[in-house]
Amino acid sequence: MSIKKKKKLTPIQQEYQQFAQEREPKRPILFNCVKAFFVGGFICTLGQAIQMIFVKYFHFSQEGAANPTVAVIIIITVLLTGFGVFDHIAQYAGAGTVIPITGFANTMASAAIEHRTEGFVLGVGGNMFKLSGPVIVYGVFSAFVVSLLVISLRALGVM
Amino acid sequence: MEKFMWAFIVGGIICVIGQLMLDGLKLTPAHTTSTLVVMGAILGGLGLYEPLVKFAGAGATVPISSFGNSLVKGALKEYESSGIIGVLTGIFQITSAGISAAIIFSFMGALIFKPKG
Repeated sequence: MSIKKKKKLTPIQQEYQQFAQEREPKRPILFNCVKAFFVGGFICTLGQAIQMIFVKYFHFSQEGAANPTVAVIIIITVLLTGFGVFDHIAQYAGAGTVIPITGFANTMASAAIEHRTEGFVLGVGGNMFKLSGPVIVYGVFSAFVVSLLVISLRALGVM
Repeated sequence: MEKFMWAFIVGGIICVIGQLMLDGLKLTPAHTTSTLVVMGAILGGLGLYEPLVKFAGAGATVPISSFGNSLVKGALKEYESSGIIGVLTGIFQITSAGISAAIIFSFMGALIFKPKG
């Protein structure tokens, strides 16, 4: 919690914060990292295998094969999310499934499926990007700024 | 075989960075992925992400950081062919497959599957 927020709290609230902090279960960071490493690594290896299949049997270029690979991983993730399997894997793997493109696909699919009861237009359509929106917003904005910087640096002859 | 090994190691390391941000800095998954995307965009702008892709293959293209890199790459590529407006028209060019696939299949998923309690 930021210092600014802390100042606004009454003494009793501060006491409670400390009380809660002491009792918060310690996260096994090292073990979580090991799990994230193996699951994340496995997903990327699977991606590499799919990519090689596309290069070998569908005659994609090495670079162009990344697109269908991502699409296949997304389909698998949506299916696993729909069958309710993905949640169990994600619970175990932590960042191992959040950081690969599986995390992005999972947030979209789960938001779409979950809000289905609110109707297809406002429920599914309106909530699909609810969780994955930040990635797109910050990705696009930062890419815009970085591109303009690179372009102006190139124009100045620095890069 | 070597390619698989590097994909495994590099992909795993990027996930460990994410896990450290989740656990160590206590960020939410949304903050973590957004930060990694911004980092990917910056590395892409510096021209450091492409060598990593060449080296690790899917180990660098499957993690979300490649999304930022692809956005920058698409924008710069289109800039070269159609000028400054290319930054706007090209930004989604490479990532289009991923985003379209995610929208289409998520929608199909919503049609087929019912939410589980």
